[in-house]
Amino acid sequence: MLTREEVIKIAQLARIELSEQEVEKFQKELSTILDYVEELKQVDVTGLEEVAQVTGLVNVQRADIVVDHGNREEIFSQAPEMKDGYFKVKAIL
Amino acid sequence: MPEFEPSTEYKPVIGLEIHIQLATKSKMFGRAANNPDQSEPNVDIDEVNTGQPGTLPVANKEAIRLAAMVGLALNCQIDEWSKFDRKHYFYPDLPKGYQISQQDHPISKNGYLDISVGSKIKRVGITRAHLEEDAGKNIHPEGLSYSLVDYNRAGCALLEIVTEPEIESGEETRAFLTELRNIVRYLGASGCDMEKGTMRVEPNISVRKPGETTLPKYKVEVKNINSIKFAQAAIDYEIARQTEILKEGGTPKQVTMGWNEKENKTVEQRSKEEANDYRYFPDPDLPVLQFTKEYLDELRNKMPELPAQKRARFKEEFGLPDADVENLINWKELSAYFEDVVSEIDAWMEDEKGLDRNAMIKQAANWCLGEFSAALNQANQNPSDSRVDAENFAELLKMIQAGEISVSAAKQVFKVMFEKGGDPSNIVEDLGLKQVSDESAISSAIDSVIANNQKAVADYRAGEQKSFGFLVGQAMKELKGKGNPGVINQLLKKKLG
Amino acid sequence: MNLEYLSLTELRALLDSKKISSVEMTRHFLERVKKHSDLNAFITVCEEEALKQAQEADDFIASPGENPFLCGIPYAAKDMFLTKGIRTTAGSKILDNYIPPYDATVIKKLKDQKAVLIGKTNLDQFAHGSSGETSAFGPAKNPWDKTRMPGGSSSGSVSAVSAGLVPWATATETGGSIRVPAAFTGLSGWKPTYGRVSRYGVIAMSSSLDSIGAVANSVEELAGIAGVVSGRDEQDSTTGQGDVPNYAPSLSKDIKGLKVGVPKEYFIDGMDTSVKERVFEGIKQLEKMGAELVDVSLPNTKYGSMVYAIICPSEVSSNLVRYDGIRYGHTTKEAKNLYEVYAKSRAEGFGNEAKRRIMTGTYVLSAGFFDAYYKKAQKVRRLIVNEFNEVFKRVDVLACPSTPSVAQKLGKAAEDPLFGYITDQLNIPGSLAGLPALSIPCGFCKPSDGETPSMDGLPVGLQIIGPQWGEQKVFNVGYAYQQATDWHRKHPSI
Repeated sequence: MLTREEVIKIAQLARIELSEQEVEKFQKELSTILDYVEELKQVDVTGLEEVAQVTGLVNVQRADIVVDHGNREEIFSQAPEMKDGYFKVKAIL
Repeated sequence: MPEFEPSTEYKPVIGLEIHIQLATKSKMFGRAANNPDQSEPNVDIDEVNTGQPGTLPVANKEAIRLAAMVGLALNCQIDEWSKFDRKHYFYPDLPKGYQISQQDHPISKNGYLDISVGSKIKRVGITRAHLEEDAGKNIHPEGLSYSLVDYNRAGCALLEIVTEPEIESGEETRAFLTELRNIVRYLGASGCDMEKGTMRVEPNISVRKPGETTLPKYKVEVKNINSIKFAQAAIDYEIARQTEILKEGGTPKQVTMGWNEKENKTVEQRSKEEANDYRYFPDPDLPVLQFTKEYLDELRNKMPELPAQKRARFKEEFGLPDADVENLINWKELSAYFEDVVSEIDAWMEDEKGLDRNAMIKQAANWCLGEFSAALNQANQNPSDSRVDAENFAELLKMIQAGEISVSAAKQVFKVMFEKGGDPSNIVEDLGLKQVSDESAISSAIDSVIANNQKAVADYRAGEQKSFGFLVGQAMKELKGKGNPGVINQLLKKKLG
Repeated sequence: MNLEYLSLTELRALLDSKKISSVEMTRHFLERVKKHSDLNAFITVCEEEALKQAQEADDFIASPGENPFLCGIPYAAKDMFLTKGIRTTAGSKILDNYIPPYDATVIKKLKDQKAVLIGKTNLDQFAHGSSGETSAFGPAKNPWDKTRMPGGSSSGSVSAVSAGLVPWATATETGGSIRVPAAFTGLSGWKPTYGRVSRYGVIAMSSSLDSIGAVANSVEELAGIAGVVSGRDEQDSTTGQGDVPNYAPSLSKDIKGLKVGVPKEYFIDGMDTSVKERVFEGIKQLEKMGAELVDVSLPNTKYGSMVYAIICPSEVSSNLVRYDGIRYGHTTKEAKNLYEVYAKSRAEGFGNEAKRRIMTGTYVLSAGFFDAYYKKAQKVRRLIVNEFNEVFKRVDVLACPSTPSVAQKLGKAAEDPLFGYITDQLNIPGSLAGLPALSIPCGFCKPSDGETPSMDGLPVGLQIIGPQWGEQKVFNVGYAYQQATDWHRKHPSI
């Protein structure tokens, strides 16, 4: 089972504040993933290529053309806080 | 592990991490405009580069082409396929919470760039060059509890170039960055201007103790460098600082430093949180890139003349001194203009006799690098913006060569040409600057001067050199300033015996 | 006029012949939505915009010329589809008041047709779930039995369509989210080939799996919808580059000689016996119509859950990092510094299931685990893909159950360990291989876990899986079946 510290570290990486109960809960739940991994270990994948794109597509590129979606105001309207045309956030230290 | 030659000295070990903002019209993975000169915040934005829910990336064909061109120009290996990965970290200027970058399969790797160090050529290895998208910009108003975020730059195409730790001084850094900048500009891949932020450099610097043959166990990263000159200064400063510590038996701290322009020194920056776990994985929204032999061959065929080739050609074709060649190479548009002027000079060579091609070419180089450069810089123009076209420029030089005007008169004419354009012969007419080179006219003027300045003549004959200058001046006055100085000198000497 | 349960073709004819206007039609369905709001099928009903769109459709219909297939006909969109100017929540508090600044490509295509958007349907939060119960807005109900789940994650879409509140609705599927709810509510559900329909503007769950589909009352209608929404999108690098076949005009009810594979691994012990029986009857029906049944075996099916359990949360955790309270969505009022803006906004906004997947995915992708977990899972996924490729060399389609049981009681899904697991088995392998699939109603049976007011019992779904890009084959089988049966014409009495 995962340690409390390991769960807290993952929560930090994921930027989600957890309650004590949640930490305990995740200690158990994340461990079930380890069970799956054990199963994975049993599978022989020699010579198998990863499925990167199930469609088999490669080299999808677009021409270098500007298309202005003209939705600045709509985007700004969704921001929690704007100031002088900038998105305002708590100070980045 | 890199191995170094052992030395009896403290040897700097420098590797550069360079970000070049590619000159595409639109962003790396979105269709909003790429505009490095944008002055208003949050203009070049749309749902994609502000990370709205549901958006998807589509790779920019031109960015990929430019990246491949730079890779080829840096003698890199370009594999058959390459992919994009997501690099996760939380920061307000990173709209999706992850940056689309390349981790283990970059577009280019294992290349090199040769630079001139003194009289020798040094080869600096290029570890890799990969494509990624830029983040936005954060502004931290001094002392306030908030920061402001501008996403104009978010999503712009960046080429990240990493060198091997083979650079050993600030001077080598300067040479490397200048040549790299030239290559990138010659390819039209980027304005590559550190002051504007279209090229950013972060050196990693450490110093090997005498006898050490492996990479030192620490390294110092320096940020906030805004010009090639500052890169050189910062590196030299760090080398000195670190060497001092090592000499005293200590080990420099592994930190990030910031270059302080005003005080000319590096300053330790507040250390960021613990090392990031970027949780890289292949971006499922982007199919892999394929580089066929045909595609790469076509790029090679279309490769324009690169600085190294031009440098060699200029030395051979024009016989100019190294310093002049370097200065021309460093300004691509100016060297192209210079070449246009040379072909105009060649046209004059066919029309008129008695012109010295080599002299005129040297003149052309001098004028381009001198008067013309100064005027362009002041007016913030490129040669192609200027009102002085190559044909008229060449004619002006021909007029000097043929003795039709004096050099000082030519400077006046040039000023008018630069401000208003126009034919030099017309301007000379209008300003009445035509130089008198006619021998008989000058001869009579000199005769008159000699007749009226017997004392000076006697002084000169007695050995007083200064009097000669005086007499030349008088002859020039007689000719209303339009005398050809060379002819005056010649005839005066002859007449004075 | 009773418009509910009329087919899209019938509705089209009514509009084209001017027997009814789009505005009248829209009002009719808006009334039904209001009347049956207890189903909780909708998170947002956009009455004003709908009537405006209907008026525009009427103006267009009045002008000479042919009208597009969906012109003037109301529809609903699962609240994962971004609709410009109309609230889009993903069923989550973290987007409670989000008004998107752009339309999803599919929504744009429907706007081009002048279809009429009635509202945004309820769903499992961020599409994480198979019952509809993880929605932050309360679960949608099954119109057949309001004490039961409609299935998920497209819970509101199926609830709305099966109750006749709208003729059809958009839906999405990553691992069962169309097939399961369609089966539980007696609807026809289409999960397309991955890449058939643009994902641009649909909130991402698991990027290599998300498929954008629809639910309606018949396969014929789905084929028509498929013709409108499918196609290459220059804003989505993962859409198929080829032309879209003419699905609807090419529908054929002749399936003589068609080889239908029956995979034995999909008829699991522990499955509801009556459900199994209904499904077998459905398959026998296909045989009666001339199809040839072929017993097949897909042993790599057993890897499906394991691969999905690693790949899906990894991609989910990555797709959800953008919800940080800085540019849109819920932002906490409690933060003392930037770190807390992130940590508290996300803690307050995300539901339990979302958090679970984020934590799992973050763990799987974190340093040192990528190679052993994610990369290896993508290799094992290749085994599943290869196996399907092999089987489709021998058969044209596969037929099997959509779900192991009929709709469970609300609140019970979490208690039933088999629910999630066995549901996975039936849908996930096909999803991992990016294959197209249909769920079509094939009968009813009484639930094994209690009573139901529905006289015949609860709907059972028959699943048809096709080869990659094999929509036409799959539609043909479904269409043929529905010409010969009328399970799809049965509707709940509400």
